[in-house]
This record gives sequence, C-alpha cells and structure tokens, in this order.
Amino acid sequence: MKSLVLKNSSSDDVWQRRRQRSLRWLKSLGGFAATIAMTFLGLLAITFVIGRVVPIDPVLAVVGDRAPQDVYDAVRAEMGLDNPLIVQFVHYVGAVLSGDLGMAVTSQRPVAEELARVFPATLEMATLGILIGVLVGVPAGVLAAARQGSWVDQVIRVLGLAGYAIPAFWLGLVGLAFFYANLGWVGGPGRVDIFLEGLVPSVTGLLLVDSILSGDWAVFRSAWSHIILPAMILGFFSLAYIARMTRSFMLEQLSQEYVITARVKGAPERVVIWRHAFRPIRIQLVTVIGLSFAQLLEGSVMIETVFSWPGIGNYLTSALLNADMNSVLGATLVIGAVFIGVNKVSDLLYRILDPRAR
Amino acid sequence: MSLLNIENLRVSFPTEQGPVEVVKGISFELGRERLGIVGESGSGKSMTGRAILRLIDKPGIVTADKMEFDGLDLTTLPNKQMRALRGARISMVMQDPKFSLNPVIRIGDQIAEVLSFHSKLNARQRRARVLESLEAVRITDPERVYKLYPHEVSGGMGQRIMIAMMVILEPDLMIADEPTSALDVSVQAQVLDIMDDLVTRTGMGLIIISHDLNMVARYCDRILVMFNGEIVETCAASELANAKHPYTQGLLASMPTLDEHRNRLPVLDRDQLGSV
Amino acid sequence: MMQLSHTWLLDENPETRFQAGAGQTYRMVRALLRNPLAVVGLVIIIGLLIVAAFAPVLAPYSPIESNLGARLLAPSADHWMGTDELGRDILSRIIHGARITLMIVLMVAVISAPIGLLVGTVAGYFGGWVDRVLMGLTDVFLSMPKLILALAFVAALGPGIENAVIAIAITAWPVYARIARAETLTFRNAEFISAIQMQGASHTRVIFRHIMPLCLSSTIVRVTLDMAGIILTAAGLGFLGLGAQPPLPEWGAMISSGRAFILDQWWVATMPGFAIVIVSLGFCLFGDGLRDVLDPRNRTR
Repeated sequence: MKSLVLKNSSSDDVWQRRRQRSLRWLKSLGGFAATIAMTFLGLLAITFVIGRVVPIDPVLAVVGDRAPQDVYDAVRAEMGLDNPLIVQFVHYVGAVLSGDLGMAVTSQRPVAEELARVFPATLEMATLGILIGVLVGVPAGVLAAARQGSWVDQVIRVLGLAGYAIPAFWLGLVGLAFFYANLGWVGGPGRVDIFLEGLVPSVTGLLLVDSILSGDWAVFRSAWSHIILPAMILGFFSLAYIARMTRSFMLEQLSQEYVITARVKGAPERVVIWRHAFRPIRIQLVTVIGLSFAQLLEGSVMIETVFSWPGIGNYLTSALLNADMNSVLGATLVIGAVFIGVNKVSDLLYRILDPRAR
Repeated sequence: MSLLNIENLRVSFPTEQGPVEVVKGISFELGRERLGIVGESGSGKSMTGRAILRLIDKPGIVTADKMEFDGLDLTTLPNKQMRALRGARISMVMQDPKFSLNPVIRIGDQIAEVLSFHSKLNARQRRARVLESLEAVRITDPERVYKLYPHEVSGGMGQRIMIAMMVILEPDLMIADEPTSALDVSVQAQVLDIMDDLVTRTGMGLIIISHDLNMVARYCDRILVMFNGEIVETCAASELANAKHPYTQGLLASMPTLDEHRNRLPVLDRDQLGSV
Repeated sequence: MMQLSHTWLLDENPETRFQAGAGQTYRMVRALLRNPLAVVGLVIIIGLLIVAAFAPVLAPYSPIESNLGARLLAPSADHWMGTDELGRDILSRIIHGARITLMIVLMVAVISAPIGLLVGTVAGYFGGWVDRVLMGLTDVFLSMPKLILALAFVAALGPGIENAVIAIAITAWPVYARIARAETLTFRNAEFISAIQMQGASHTRVIFRHIMPLCLSSTIVRVTLDMAGIILTAAGLGFLGLGAQPPLPEWGAMISSGRAFILDQWWVATMPGFAIVIVSLGFCLFGDGLRDVLDPRNRTR
C-alpha cells in the first residue's frame, strides 16, 4: 500500500517537472523567434544604411556616374529619397519582404532573379565543402583527443593554426597553379569544361545532381573535376575549425566522471570514446558545424572569385567592381540572411536535441 | 587466501616542482570483508581506490611491490584482461551520480551495457536482468526508471542506480568512493543499507572510502586511517575508540555528539602531526 | 638604490606598488618565454616591426619605380623573390608592404577596441535597458558575416586603405564589447566599486578609471588573437581591389596583380602570400601564449 502511494506521487512528480520544462522550453522558443526577427531586422537596417546613408549620393551609387539625367531622376523618385529616413526604411523593408531587391544596373534585370540563378552553384560547392570538413574533421578531432600528443594531434594543431593564418584566396590560387596547371589533376576555373556547358537541363541547379539525373556522365566527370579543388579548399578551412573544436570538446568529455564509470564497467576503449565521450558532444557539434557552414558560405565569396565559380560570391565581387550597388546589397542581404539562418537553426537544433534542455 | 593483497603501493604525479607522491607506499590485505578507508581530502584514499582498478591516467605513475587480486597480478595484467575484470569482478561506485552517470544515455541502457561487455545475453535477457537489478536496489517501478535520463532522477535514486550497475554481475570486490557524501542526509542511510544488504547477500568484499568516521565504523568490519598518503592506523571497527595514533584521536575528538556541550570543537594541529 | 634582482621581483609580499607591478610583469614575461610557440610568435611580430621601421634601408630596390627591362624575372641572386609585371623587385615591395599591413592592423585595433570597451563597460556597469539596447545592437552585429559586411561597407564608402580600415573596424568591435561586458559584470557589484562610488566618484570616473583598466587584459588578448583575422580580411579587400590602391605594395593587392601570371610566373602571387601567412601565424601564436598567461580560465589544452 505504502509503496503504491509512493510510486504514484513520484511519477506525478516527474510529469509535473516535464510539463514545467516544456512550458519553459516554449517560452524560450518565443524569445528565440523574437531574437531571430530582431537580427534579420538588424541586417536590413545595416544594408539600408550602407545603401542609403553612407554614400554621398545614393542615386549615383545605384545608377553609376555615366547615367543620363532621366534615368537618374527616375531612380531618385523610385527610391523615395525625399521622404524621411524612417519612412524610406519602412518602404525598403516592405520591398525586401515582397522579394524586390531592385534592378541590377549592368544587366537591367531584377537582382532577386539573378541571385536565385547563381545561388545553387554556391550551395553545391559549400555543401561539398562542409561534407569534407565534417567527414574528415570530426574523426580527426576525436582521434587527436583520444591520443593526445600523437602525430594526429600534432597535425590537427598545425591545421588549426593554418586555418587561421592562410588567406583562402591565396590558397586557391596556389592550388590552381599546382593541381591544375602543373599536375593537371583537376579541372580549371569555372563549373564545367566550356564545351560541356549547358548540355544538361537545369532541374535542381546543382550541376552534379542534374548531370546524374540526365545520365550525362561526361558532364558529371567534368563538373566533379572542377568542383573538387575549390570544395576541398573550403573544406580545409572548416575541417581545421571542426577538428579543433571536436578535439577540445572531447578532451573535456574524457575528463568527466562518467567516462571513468564506463571504464569501471569494463568498456573497451572504442566504446568509451565513441559512446560515452562522443555521444554527449554530438549536440555541441551540430552548433559548430552550423557555424562552420555559415563561415564557409562567407569564405566562398573569395574562393568563387579565384575559381571564376558562377555563384553568389562571384556575383557579389563582380557587382563590386561595376559599382552596382543594388546587386551588392542584394547579395549581401542574401548571404547575410543565410548566414544568420544557418546559425540560428543550429542553435535551435541544439535545444531540440539535448535531453537536458528539453 | 585473501581477495586483495597490496604491498608498497605508490602513486605520484609530476609537477613543475618535481614529482609529488599522493600515496606513499601503503600495504594492506582484504578478505571477503568490509573495509573502511578513512581520511581527509588529499590523504590519498581515493587514489588508492583508483589505483586498484588501474584507472590513474597519465601523467600519474603507479608502482607497487605487489598488487594481487584473487591471485592475479594487477601490475602486469594485460589491458584486455584488466578490462574483463572491471565491472565483472571489481567495480566501483563513485561519489556523485550527477557526474558519474552519462547524461545522454538512458539509465536502463547504461546498466545493460555492463552485461553486453561481459556476457553473451541477448537484448531481451539483458533487459530482464537490468529490471531485476533495479528492483534489487528497491526501485519500485523499474520499467519507468529504465527509460529515464539521469537528470530526471533524484540524487538518492541516482546512487541506487549506480549501485545496481556495479553489482549486476555480482563482483567479488566493490569499491565505494564517498558513496553518500553528495547525497541528502535523509537518503544516505537508505543507500548505505541497500549497499550493505547486497554485500552481505552476495558475500563480496567491500572497500568504503570516506571521510566520515561514524559511517565507516557502522558499516565496516575493519578500518584503515590514512593521512598524508600513508596508513597511520589499522584497527577493527569496534576497537576504534581505542585508537592510538594522534591523528585518529584528533579526528575522534573533533566529532560532536548529541549528549555533550562544547563551545569549541578541537582542531587538529597539523604541524605537530607532520613530525609524527 | 633598489635592486632589480630576481628575488626582489618574485617577492610574495611586495612593499611598493611599483614592486608589485614589476613583479607581476616579470612573472608574466617568464611564463610567456617558457612557451616556445609564443616566443616564435613574438619573434615574428618583432621582425615585422623592425622590417616596417627600416623598410627603406632593408629593401634593395624601390617598391614603386618600374623597370620594364626586368619584367617577371624568376627568383635569383639579384631578385630573391623575383620581379613583377612592371619589373619591380617583389622582396622590396613585400618589405614596404609590412608598413601598410602594420598600419592597417594598428588602426583597426585603435578604432575598434576602444569602441568595444566603451560599449561593453557602459552596458555592464549600468545594466537595465542601457544594457539591453547596447547588447542587442552588439548581438546583431555579431551575427553578421564579417567579410561580407566589410565588403559592402567599402563598396559604399569607396575603395581605399582608410575606408577598408573603417569597414573592418565596424565589424570587429562587437566581440570586444561582449568580452568587456562579461568582465564588467564579474566585479560590477564588488566592494571596491561601491567604495569608490561612496567617495563620490562620477559614473564616468568609475568606468574610465576603475572598470576599463580591469577589462584591458582580456581585451588585449582578444585583439592579438583577432590580428590574424584582420590581416586576412584586409588582404582580401586588397585582393578584390577595394583596399590599398596601386601602386601601393599592399600584400593582398600584390597577390591580385600576380593572379594573371599564376600559371607561368607563380612567384608573383605566391611570395606575398607567404608574407601574409607568416605574419598572421605570428599573431596567432603570440595571442595564444598571451591568453594562457593573462587569461588562464580560457586556457586551451
């Protein structure tokens, strides 16, 4: 009788605690949504300031100094520069939210449309890069922590430093000179050999996937040989970061009491490391990988420029050289939004995956 | 034959000022009995426990003239056989279940792991054994507890789970390192009673490492007092009141009891002890 | 006279404020020198300073004047690193480029660190809505992609070193604000702060004289660690033609001009890259060492 009462009360207790916890969780989710909204608004404010406030003549910044007077006047009216700044900002936010990023000066096409066209190329390269970074970086970091002071550990250290000290664009150039010009192991700049361009219909916009879908293996091979070097260079930087973080998380884990418990239980070293030490850090790693992916998107701007990769980064830098401000701001906005989005999503995943935070 | 036989065990750690010995050549024997090792923090008692399981990590150095468990030489035993010993024949309960249970693995799975390392039972059999072991530590609804994560149970229950995990294969020797000092006073006795019950029932040897002289005197047959890395006193638990070493006497004197009035508790004079 | 001896410096009970300060510095320097990687970093940084200071003496040729007869020469005894497309000695340009790099790094640090320090200490000291507004702003900047933001800023401001410095500084300060705020919060309610307030010190005085100095060491560590990133960003802007303009021998811009010849005359683009790598590495190593000494809580294992 007594034990029955005890049982009920204790299970009620657990439910109570769970309910409170999920309530707290919902609340923090609400606050979370608010921060995301604030951050995006902040991004819009920054691009707005860059586009309308910083330039001495924002109209000139958009149309360029060779524009005829009527174009100038039309753009000036369109930008609503007579209104107070706050009204202009509200209009700007409204326009961006409805997908209007203005017209690209050089091509006279909507910036949003152009960005949608170039974005898949960036996505393809960045995805391959992060795959390399995760598939090599995580095991390397785990191994480095498990065998502290071994050669793997030393290599990870050096790579970590190199990731901070080597300019990506320079590594791209040197890689191009060495692996393409000297050794001929990989394809040169661009996404695919010129004579194979436009052969496969664009379904996903990802050339590797599209060429598989249409069964055109010549295109696939060519696309692969072109993407592998820039993706590996991007992957190198995320690998350096991911391995370093994995290593330090693992070292922290390996000093935990429950790792000793696992050893006391007679667990083989493999189980101690992968089940008891690695499992708790998987959640932290989600955040690190998200952060790394966001940084990699940013890094692709330089790499794309070096490899003439027709993605958003290349689009941004050529817009810079043409002083095409609408395109610059549009690309900044999109990269910034994806960057913030990836970061916040990985943050959210952390909260969902951790049994302690749930 | 004794279960555990240790002679001249030393544990040292290198520091910038040269190696520091935390265990300075201790020797003792253990049968199928309950032994208490008492001492203040830093006296080397926990290191002794971990050295027996060969769990002192680099850069720590362990040496012993003899460290035998049931006729096996622990100083030279290959790692693989050492692993087969841990959890199955020697186990250890640690201080705080908050830290010693893995936070992201369900409780039942953590216990079942011991069985998968040391037995050939299938998943269903393992589960049944785990539920049995949870019942043995007086958990009334093992099915529910099986699925919980460690942060969802109280400290007292956590420690009972830890004990269940460590006795599930009925080892010959269990080391309990401060098994109750992280728990609420109200559940300490309960946890100790459960442990005592299991030890008596299975006839395993037990080493309780603690700073709590009263507790050790109550639950153990024999007591070692450690101070500054050395054993300064060995006596039967019932003879504790007649302890000769000034450190033990000091410890005893500084314990308050209910039926006395002292304005000031005596404090150990460490300078004097150092020269003993 | 006082004796600057080892024992005097390491005295556990310093008699004067000067002795305490000198002793602390001595201990720090000793700890730093015990870390070989940090020493390598320090040597590189000192090397950079020397090269920048004596650039005209050290450089064998002019960094600007072109010599079309000596275009694109491979590295040789005359030109250790070869020559570029205008026949200029690359080594001489790299030596002079050290001045530009050093200037950019220092300017960014001088602009962004005080801004971050001010925002962070004010937010931490006053708390409440001041804290929320300032830190909200900081977090927004912190979650932006730095390089892209700097690019967009320079695009609006127009290319040039000064604008590149401003753009990088705008993206660099939020980290220091976060650090300074966290540091301020740890002693915001300490007794010595209340003691100063009770003596009638103004908020400005408390912040500038008593709080900021205490936040300085962690900020300095972070600035040193960020130097490598600043150098890379500056070089990136130079590479895209947004930083230093020709004929200035900025390392990133030099790589950019060597890009056209990368397949045949590899040294034009490669050599300045080595300079960037070595200097960035120097700041990384020294920063790591400095952090271990000044900020043991964040020690890397």
